[in-house]
Amino acid sequence: MQEIIEYFPQILTALYETFLMMSITIAIAVTFGIPLGTYLYLIRPGAVKSSPKIYVVLDFIVNTVRSFPFLILLVAMIPVTRFIIGTSLGTGGVIVPLSVCAIPEFARLTEQTLLEVNQGVIEMAKAAGANTFQIIWKVLYREARSGLVSSATMLTISFLSFSTVAGLVGGGGIGDFAIRIGYYRYKLSVMLFTVILIVIIVQLIQTAGRIAIRKLDKRI
Amino acid sequence: MIKLKNINKSFDSANGIIKVLDSISVEIKKGEIFGFIGYSGAGKSTLLRHINLLEYPTSGEVFVDGENLTELSQKEILKRRRKIGMIFQGYNLLYNATSFKNVAFPLEISGVKKPEIDRRVKESLKIVDLEDKIKEYPAKLSGGQKQRVAIARAIAGNPKILLCDEITAALDPETTESVLNYLKQINRNFGITIVIVTHEMEVARKLCSRVGVLENGFLAEIIDFANCTTASSKIGKYLFAEGGGI
Repeated sequence: MQEIIEYFPQILTALYETFLMMSITIAIAVTFGIPLGTYLYLIRPGAVKSSPKIYVVLDFIVNTVRSFPFLILLVAMIPVTRFIIGTSLGTGGVIVPLSVCAIPEFARLTEQTLLEVNQGVIEMAKAAGANTFQIIWKVLYREARSGLVSSATMLTISFLSFSTVAGLVGGGGIGDFAIRIGYYRYKLSVMLFTVILIVIIVQLIQTAGRIAIRKLDKRI
Repeated sequence: MIKLKNINKSFDSANGIIKVLDSISVEIKKGEIFGFIGYSGAGKSTLLRHINLLEYPTSGEVFVDGENLTELSQKEILKRRRKIGMIFQGYNLLYNATSFKNVAFPLEISGVKKPEIDRRVKESLKIVDLEDKIKEYPAKLSGGQKQRVAIARAIAGNPKILLCDEITAALDPETTESVLNYLKQINRNFGITIVIVTHEMEVARKLCSRVGVLENGFLAEIIDFANCTTASSKIGKYLFAEGGGI
């Protein structure tokens, strides 16, 4: 108990670092993942604007990046990270590989979510004289909105665990803290406390997601 | 109003080329209610979709209001579609939108201004007697109500033509009767040309002045209820049989 109080300021810093990492990563993932996923959806084989050759290439890239164990991606990307932000260390050093991993992941989730939108509604939009842009914004995104929020929630939670390895490049964060102080220094009570904190964070994210989805999904 | 000239439609499939429509030519007069009947797979829905070019003919031409649609660019076709309303068996309403938003949809697509949209949506919902459901989401509506919202949506843009694809197939007899009455009313009051595809004989008998019978992709015959009392095709005969149905 004494130790928890002792380390409390460091815990707060670690929480802040994790929050920074996650919010920037998810923001980038959504900003680039949605267009990429939408593009994949539009050019998929069988679609009206199908481009099978481009799709195959993009599909391969997306799957490959997704399948890299994050730790290996982090290390392998060190020169790239250094090129983009000038360093491979610290919180920034983690955000780059996290984002690179998150974008194709969210693109895939987006593509899948869009595929679940009823084809009939798309046909209705075409019959009403809507162009592709209008169909994407007024039909696809509207009907898929709760699915997209659901995907973003899942993404946040799974990438929270990826961010744990941030410590490898000095990125900090709550996972790194748990390992460094709680585990390596045998401060069991501190580690327990941090783990409970992480569990609570995940529960909060999940609950926030669920509330948002319930508000957005009118299909009951 | 609508002229289909020698429409042929074939699809590529695993089993080779399938010919769905064979040399179909028909003229539909302005203001009439014209039906296409036939068995499932006879090509009725495909034929209907040629009128607003959701389907392109493999060969043949589609004329709407004197214009050859098959010769127009995609952009021009989108413009023409705004004057052709369509209603579907599965309603195809946006689930995450209220009745208001659903009916407003084609108007938004056409770039109609907000106050005008507001006026037209309320007007359209009034025609189908659903003003009180204006803020409801489709999940809270019955099948009949959903179809009426779909009708309101289809007529919101003051179309010249209404295309109906098996619109009562998912409804019970009473609701079907109700929906057909609205359609009859709309045709009478606004002079909108209606083309309806159905496999329900009752619907054809109740609503249509003329019916085209589709058999295996061919137009077997056109029956004019005002002039005929018998038919030559098998399906056509059902139309005149008592309590008939396919």
